[in-house]
Amino acid sequence: MAALSRKWDPLFVLVLGSLVFSCKGDVLKTSNDRTESISATKIEESSPQAADLGDLRQSDEAESNEDRKAFTPPPPNDQFQEEMVIRPLYSGDIYASFQFRTQWDTDFLHDGKKVSHYRLFPKSLGQVLSKFSVRELHISFTQGYWRTMQWGQPFIPSPPGAELWVWFHHTVTDVDGNWKELTNVLSGIFCASLNFIDSTNTVEPSASFKPLGLGNATDHRFLRYATLPREIVCTENLTPWKKLLPCGSKAGLAVLMKSEKLFHSSFHSQAVHIRPVCKDWQCTSTAWELRQTLNVVFDLYTSGQGKKEWSLFKMFSRTLTEACPLASSSKIYVDVTDNPGGELFDLSPSSPLISTAVVLGDRRTYSVYDLTKKETFGQLRSLNLLLRWKGESDDMLRPPLHAERYVSGFGLQKGEIHTCLYNSHPYRAYPVLLLDSLPWYLRLYVHTLTVTSKTRENKPSYIHYQPSKDRLRPHLLEMLVQLPPHSVTEVTVQFERALLKWTEYTPDPNHGFYIGSSVISALVPSIVAMDTNSTRDRPLFSSFFPTKEESSYFMRVYTEPLLVNLPTPDFSMPYNVICLTCTVVAVGYGSFYNLLTRTFQVDEPSAPLAKRLANIIRRLRGVPLL
Amino acid sequence: MAAPLTLVLILSVTIRAVLFRSSLAELISERVEVVSPLNAWKRVVEGLALLDLGVSPYSGDVFHETPLVIYLFHFVVDYAEIVFMIVDGITAVALYLAVQNYNKNVFRKQKYALEADRYPHDCLELMRSPKEMHYIPLKVAMFYLLNPFTILSCVAKSTCGLNNAVMALFILSTLKGSALLSAIFLALATYQSIYPLTLFAPGLLFLLQRLYIPVNPCRSRFWFFTVQYSVMFIGSLLVIVCLSFFLLGSWDFIPSVYGFILSVPDLTPNIGLFWYFFAEMFEHFRFFFICVFQINVFFYTIPLSVKLKEHPVFLIFMQIAIISIFKSYPTVGDIALYMAFLPVWSHLYRFLRNIFLVSCVLLACTALFPVLWHLWIYAGSANSNFYYAITLLFNVGQILLVSDYFYAYLRREHHLSQGLYLRRKDGSEATLVLK
Repeated sequence: MAALSRKWDPLFVLVLGSLVFSCKGDVLKTSNDRTESISATKIEESSPQAADLGDLRQSDEAESNEDRKAFTPPPPNDQFQEEMVIRPLYSGDIYASFQFRTQWDTDFLHDGKKVSHYRLFPKSLGQVLSKFSVRELHISFTQGYWRTMQWGQPFIPSPPGAELWVWFHHTVTDVDGNWKELTNVLSGIFCASLNFIDSTNTVEPSASFKPLGLGNATDHRFLRYATLPREIVCTENLTPWKKLLPCGSKAGLAVLMKSEKLFHSSFHSQAVHIRPVCKDWQCTSTAWELRQTLNVVFDLYTSGQGKKEWSLFKMFSRTLTEACPLASSSKIYVDVTDNPGGELFDLSPSSPLISTAVVLGDRRTYSVYDLTKKETFGQLRSLNLLLRWKGESDDMLRPPLHAERYVSGFGLQKGEIHTCLYNSHPYRAYPVLLLDSLPWYLRLYVHTLTVTSKTRENKPSYIHYQPSKDRLRPHLLEMLVQLPPHSVTEVTVQFERALLKWTEYTPDPNHGFYIGSSVISALVPSIVAMDTNSTRDRPLFSSFFPTKEESSYFMRVYTEPLLVNLPTPDFSMPYNVICLTCTVVAVGYGSFYNLLTRTFQVDEPSAPLAKRLANIIRRLRGVPLL
Repeated sequence: MAAPLTLVLILSVTIRAVLFRSSLAELISERVEVVSPLNAWKRVVEGLALLDLGVSPYSGDVFHETPLVIYLFHFVVDYAEIVFMIVDGITAVALYLAVQNYNKNVFRKQKYALEADRYPHDCLELMRSPKEMHYIPLKVAMFYLLNPFTILSCVAKSTCGLNNAVMALFILSTLKGSALLSAIFLALATYQSIYPLTLFAPGLLFLLQRLYIPVNPCRSRFWFFTVQYSVMFIGSLLVIVCLSFFLLGSWDFIPSVYGFILSVPDLTPNIGLFWYFFAEMFEHFRFFFICVFQINVFFYTIPLSVKLKEHPVFLIFMQIAIISIFKSYPTVGDIALYMAFLPVWSHLYRFLRNIFLVSCVLLACTALFPVLWHLWIYAGSANSNFYYAITLLFNVGQILLVSDYFYAYLRREHHLSQGLYLRRKDGSEATLVLK
């Protein structure tokens, strides 16, 4: 059975990958497939439930998992899978990405049926889902900024700080009330400051965030999106996140998550994604998928004296001894694309399993380690992957889209936000959706919005702008911009910095205020399709027309958050200001009062004291006064 | 007289046109002393841009102009510079005509009083001669058009110029005795910025005086005319507000314009007293002090109307001055309007107590505003207290100026009834004191 699965592996990858691309389909629905042919029909049928192509990595994971279980007894109605991908980056850093998926064939939103028996799915989240009628929930906590130009693309992008976006069920009447409560509950679950999400940083994007799961609800009244760019992620957020896993951090891949190592890194991002998916290929009923991801980039190059060597032990100070016993699949993938003949590096222990997949528009090759098999751990009963470099890697293929943002201008009165969108595709133009959510204290002037590419004005074909309300609502600016090939498109907009009340400043006001990242969402032409001069060894018959399945994929890019200074009042003197201003008003009032109530009179000088005393005595004596 | 006025108009238009074409225009249009969140041109353009995007300009907190202003600039936005120059010209001509009319009345009254021998004999030197009164209207026009404050305000395209024009037209129509026009312009001015509501009292007093109706609550004629004027005022206000509603199809402008003026949510620095006070205010006292400060603006109407019921034009001057000192978002354009009236009171000069000090304070503050702003916002070597201090001083200067004129006016009236050279009982020269 194992041999069969290995043989079928690459074929599955190709077929499924192509189908997924052709229909932008929801790749998750493959999990319950039994045969290849069924999977083909199924995906075509379920294509209307189009979702983002954000992460395609699970496609091959799902199928390789599913054919292993093909002839096992019917599984319980929930299952758990874990996997880790390790990708050496061109900068010398190591990118490790964990994904844990729990899928449960139940319906939280079903009326009258209370779900009370939980097995693998965390009860705390399940209760939240049913209480607040959440259709989809995506939450991420990130420390550090993903450097797209040095590291390529992440599997699941996330902005620095905390990000939360939720689609509510369409029966919810008080969406804002549910959202408020939900953020407070999540704040407790994840030990994070999500309770600082309120109406001043929540927006309803009209186009940038579409449901990733089942259901084609596109009424953005049920969507809420908020970021907290200043949120600092640390151990106290990791611990509750780990507790949501069926095995906790006791067994399986999660034993690697030692916080002193994970947070000693260039980039750390942990996320929870919950969405409804199809239960079976006919999609007669829905299942809930909980996907926990953790991405971390280790800077082993500088800390390891310039050696690009890595091992599991070096990164996590742990080795693996077993898979999570509750997991139906547990795998490690190591990206070996650049090392086809083994001339660049040595990976030990080597694995006979090789998997290829089109990931993020690029065809990648992975060495696969299946932790559910005893032989993976070898004689020592522990797996410590080790990679030794022999040569220098060549230049990285630049991602076709990246963006950066900065504030220009000087002084504390006004400024200008520049967002530069780079399309590095040599000949294809494509549209991108740019979403900017700016707090109200930067007063945006939308008439100063300019979009220029190649020194010419590039008018956005769609603009959705919602102006801010002071202390109530942020600005929301969404637009669809066509990026010409091989160009830089610059979006600028001017703003004015507001003076706030003294109680509205953060405790360190002169540090500045963090402004959340812009979000750029796009279907970008894939790198594989770009490869027309066939630098790779491919059969001739496969490379004439750029095949549709590889033509484009979904990509989301977050820009840097901004740090903007605002003018500050003097915090030490509220009493003085109240006194001084009131004095001035009193001077005005007093002088008018004086003139209004008094009349002019001749000033008669008063008599000297002696004379007055004498007069009093004379009055008593009854003689004429002096 | 028309020729010098034309010359002044041409000169002022030239200065403005040159400044509009210079690089200073952009700098001026962003000075916080010249534009406030209520009347900045940048915000008018933003409102129009929002309309173009299909978003209500009042859905955000950037635009606070009235719907009529949007409607006006919807058509003339490309000719804004010319519009603002014309508006300034209209203000100046209206003030010119109004003051000319007023001076005629004043001189006639003085002649009747002299003929009836109503003044004490030593008051002859307080009498006003036609020669000195001849150039006053021209001086008023000059004071308005060539005042640097007006020029700055016009070059910044602050819509404060429009409000000033409406107020000047109100003064003109009142002084000409047209009750209907007066009520309409007063309603327009009120609609633009609420505060001119306090000009209702002087307008009514003047019209009553002109019709020889004594201010006496027992007389039915008094009540008849008061009700008539109020109905005209409220009626035209209602018509304007409903017109605004039909222009945009929503009442959103009411909270966005009047709520914004009254509750002072935007603390952008300006030359007034509100911004720093409410930036530093304790939250639970905020509402109380907003009420106090806003009532302060309106409150002076009642005692001033009682005290100055015989002198409604001076009452108009006092009210405009008080509004421009104590309003929530003052700019230099507001100050320019009441300063234009100073030549009308040039005969009070001999009774002013500290005009030299006050002029020095005002001039020094005007120079220090940009300096301290630069130190705070750009150089970072000063903090907000510096700019705040100078706004305090500027307001003290204005208060002293206005109360000094008030004092001088009352004192002259006292002398006109009691004689200029007063003696004590013992025959020595007396000094006048307020008691």
